[in-house]
Parts: sequence; structure tokens; C-alpha cells
Amino acid sequence: MLTINNIEVVYDGVILVLKGVSLEVRDGSITTLLGANGAGKTTTLKAISGVLRAERGEVTKGSIELDGKRIDRFAAYDIVSHGVVQVFEGRRVFVNLTVEENLVAGGHVVPNLPKVRAGIERVYSYFPRLKERRQQQAGYLSGGEQQMLAIGRALMSDPKLILLDEPSLGLAPMLVEEIFGIVRQFVTKEKLTVLLVEQNAAMALDLADHGYVMENGRIVLEGAAATLRENSDIKEFYLGLNEGGVRKSYRDSKRYRRRKRWLS
Amino acid sequence: MFDWFEWEFTLSLLTNGVLIGLMYALIALGFVLVYKATDAINFAQGEFVMLAAFFGAVMLLSAGAPFWVAVLVTLAGMIAFGFGLERVVLRPLIGRPIVSVIMATIGLAAVLRGVAPLVFGAETRSIVMPVEDAPIIWGPLFISPIQLIGAGVAVMFLAAFTWFFLKSRMGIAMRAVADNQQVAMAMGINVERYFALAWAMAGVVSALGGIVWGSLLGVDVHLALIGLKVFPVVILGGLDSIVGAIVGGLIIGIVENIAAGYLDPVVGGGTKDFAPYVLMIIALMVRPYGIFGKRQIERV
Repeated sequence: MLTINNIEVVYDGVILVLKGVSLEVRDGSITTLLGANGAGKTTTLKAISGVLRAERGEVTKGSIELDGKRIDRFAAYDIVSHGVVQVFEGRRVFVNLTVEENLVAGGHVVPNLPKVRAGIERVYSYFPRLKERRQQQAGYLSGGEQQMLAIGRALMSDPKLILLDEPSLGLAPMLVEEIFGIVRQFVTKEKLTVLLVEQNAAMALDLADHGYVMENGRIVLEGAAATLRENSDIKEFYLGLNEGGVRKSYRDSKRYRRRKRWLS
Repeated sequence: MFDWFEWEFTLSLLTNGVLIGLMYALIALGFVLVYKATDAINFAQGEFVMLAAFFGAVMLLSAGAPFWVAVLVTLAGMIAFGFGLERVVLRPLIGRPIVSVIMATIGLAAVLRGVAPLVFGAETRSIVMPVEDAPIIWGPLFISPIQLIGAGVAVMFLAAFTWFFLKSRMGIAMRAVADNQQVAMAMGINVERYFALAWAMAGVVSALGGIVWGSLLGVDVHLALIGLKVFPVVILGGLDSIVGAIVGGLIIGIVENIAAGYLDPVVGGGTKDFAPYVLMIIALMVRPYGIFGKRQIERV
């Protein structure tokens, strides 16, 4: 569905953030993009959704194709009508609008009103708590409810591909479970495709079918989620387990020697 | 106790205040529309009104057009002006700090005030509405028909825009743009088009404001001062609230008239011109976001 070929992203004309990233997201799958802070995960998502330009970033090399069609030159609002929508890190709901108005704004690209109404009902069926709060100002929702609203709002544009940026950030583990469960339903029931950026590698790899690991603006590792879970580097650096699957102590870490291999 | 207090006099001051206040609210609406969508204050709002009044006066006097034609042409002209202005001056400033947009509007105000007399001539013209000049006498009240029409137009448009922002999908999208541009963009909203729309709507309001205020005060460069007079209204009511514009307009209109009626004879005049600003300073100290303005929501 989505193919990224060797893209480079430059901010402000000088700062090279992505140094040749390639990845593929298959139809109807959940693909996860893992990596530490500053690895370039969010920039990759913004390159796809086209909001990069509003931050003075630019895709300078390579291409992004959606079902064989190049979308890396499209304006952000155009990319949404092609069925790709991004859920930003840190929720970013429209705080001054009510829950329902947030959803209406999310369905902006849907041309007719009955479809928008049906979309709102669909969101409420996944997140009944939003229905209870429909007339409340979104700024006063709890963090978990805001995340639900952000995801529901993205669903309103009737997308084929959702780009989810750190939905687990700052939420209680139970809520994260609930939200990840719903994301799983999007794929099984609604036939959506998901590209998930996460720092919580354990949860992301449980949910995803396929995974990529980024470091310093490059993809350093790729594989089926099940394979990645068994990879010894992933275990050590992202899941915090040693070879035997036991939680490791930082004293035994050979972090620097091992990481060097990836950086060169 | 108050031997100079007469209820009839007070009532007529109040009525006048309400009518003038609604007319202030119409101009205030221009500020609110731009602020709601772009988060910037349009310091050229008064000049927009002046420009519209010039358009209207030229159509009526020089081109000899019937009143309704003149109104329609003024509307069309100001919508085009709004769109053009956004395209040429403001779009290149998207993504820059809000201050640069504000400075641009201040510059624009100066340019408009300078260029308008060059193009249209410096003499004062009048816009004559096709209504009787004689005041409507209703009990103890003398009501000016022009003010009544102005207030009526104001009420109509205030109601229409309130509906637009609360109920229509475009209005909600516009509020989303004001809330968070980047996210709005990521929701498929064409942010630039909504900015243009906001400026065009400010043009519509200015066109009507120009016609009614122009026929009340006469059309020349000094009409632009209405922009300054409306500042207390929007500060008091809240820069992003239509209801605020109405309430702020009414308060300022009434205060101004009461001050003129009761304080002027005591101190020898002039209170009407500064009373609104005193109120504005108090508002800034007590409630900086205005009576109905949005408070920043802080979540921790």
C-alpha cells in the first residue's frame, strides 16, 4: 500500500534528519517503527502526511508512493483525501472545540453530511466514552479520552492508512491495552492499514505484524514482528531483556560496543 | 436627590447607546472573524470600513447608481479586496510569528489612509440611504432611522455568523484552523483557503459597516478612526467571541452615551471620547481575555 524509497528529509535547508529511509507498509497490516528519541520516526510520519512543509522541512530525495502513486509532492490536505491520515504525538485535539466538533472537523474531506453523521456514530461505537462527553470542550478531557478523540477524529476522514504517533505516551497501561485493542479491530473489522510509531517496543511488537528499527535517521533493522521479538539486539536495547529473557541489569550492558555496529 | 435625573432623558440615552452599540458590534465582528481564524489582530479594520464607505459613496455620487446596486458593488469590491489582500500580503507571512502579521496590518492601515484620498479625493462625501431623514418619534424617544437600520443590519449579521461558527461544517473547520493550524492541515483542511475566507468575511462586514457608518458620519479619511473606537469593544467582549462583540458593543455604546449625557455637562465635555478606553483598561486588568473570550486551557 505504502512504499517509501530511500527518502532524505532536510529541515531549514541544512539539517539532514532522514538519511535514506526505505520502508513498506502492506495492505491490511500493522507495521511498527521503533527507535529512540530523535531517531527520525516522527519525521518519517510527517513526510508521509505532508505536514513537514509547515515546519520548514522538505523531502529532498527519494519518493513516497501510495498504491503506486507518488504523494510526496502533495499538499497535506490533499494527502488526507487520498486516504492517509496522521494522529499526532501528544494527542493535539482542538482544545477549544467540543468532542463532536472535533469529529466534524476530522471529517472535513468527507463530502456529504449523512456520511459525516455515520462516521461520528462509528467513532462512538468504538469509543463509547466519547459519546458521553460529546458536548464537552475537548481541552477538559482526560489524557486517555483525548487520545481516543485524536484517533476517532482521524477515523472520521475515512482513511485507508492511519499513521499513529506514540498513542501510548503518558497513558496508564490499562488504557494503552484498550487503545491498542481498538487499533487491532480497525485492521480486522474496518480493513484499515496502520503504521505505528512507538517507544514502547514490547507492546508495539505484540500488536504489529512487521517492524522496522530506526536510529539516527536510518533504518537499521527490519523483520516480521515475531522475528524482531526474538532478536538479541532488540531484546537488549528495546525490551530490556538479556539473552535468557530475564530482565537485565544495567551493569552488564555492553551497549556502546554493540551499538557501534549500527551507527557506522 | 438627583434633581437632574430624568428617566425620559436616561431612556433616550440608553436607546441611543444600544443602537450605536450594535453598530459598533458590526465593526467589532470584523476583528473577531480575522482573529478567530488567523489569531492575528487586524489593525486595519477601521481602514477597511473607510475604504468600503469610499466605494459606496463613489458608486452613489459619481456613478449615480441606485442604492441597492451601490451596496452590492461595495460588497463585491470588499470581498475581492479581502481575498486579494490575503493572497498578496498575508499568505507569504504564514508560518511567521503573529507579530509580523500584526505589523503588516498596521502598515496596511497607513497605506490605505494615505492612498484613499489620492484615489477618491479628500473632500467629505455623504452616503444617503433611501429612507426618511426625520427621526422616528416613539413616546419620549427620538430614534434616527439610519441608526435603526444600522442596528438591524448588525443584528442580522451577528446572528448569521454565530450560526456559521457553531453549526456549519465550514465554521467548525475555521475554528479548528484557529485552534491548531498544523493539526487542521493534517485533518485535510486547506488552511490557506480558510484564511482567505476569513479576510473575505471581514470584507463583507466592513462593506456593510462602511455604508451604515458612512451615512451616519460622512465619508472621509476620519471614518477610519472607527477602528480605534471599536478596540475597547473587542477587548471588553473578548477578541474571539461574537457574543462578546455584541455585549462589548452594547456596554461601550451605553457607557459612551451615559457619559455624554451626565458627565459632560459637569466636566465640560469630552468624556464620551475617553470613557470607553477607561473601561478597556479596567477590562485588561481584571479579565484580559474579555468577558466571553477563550481562556487558555492548562492541563497538567
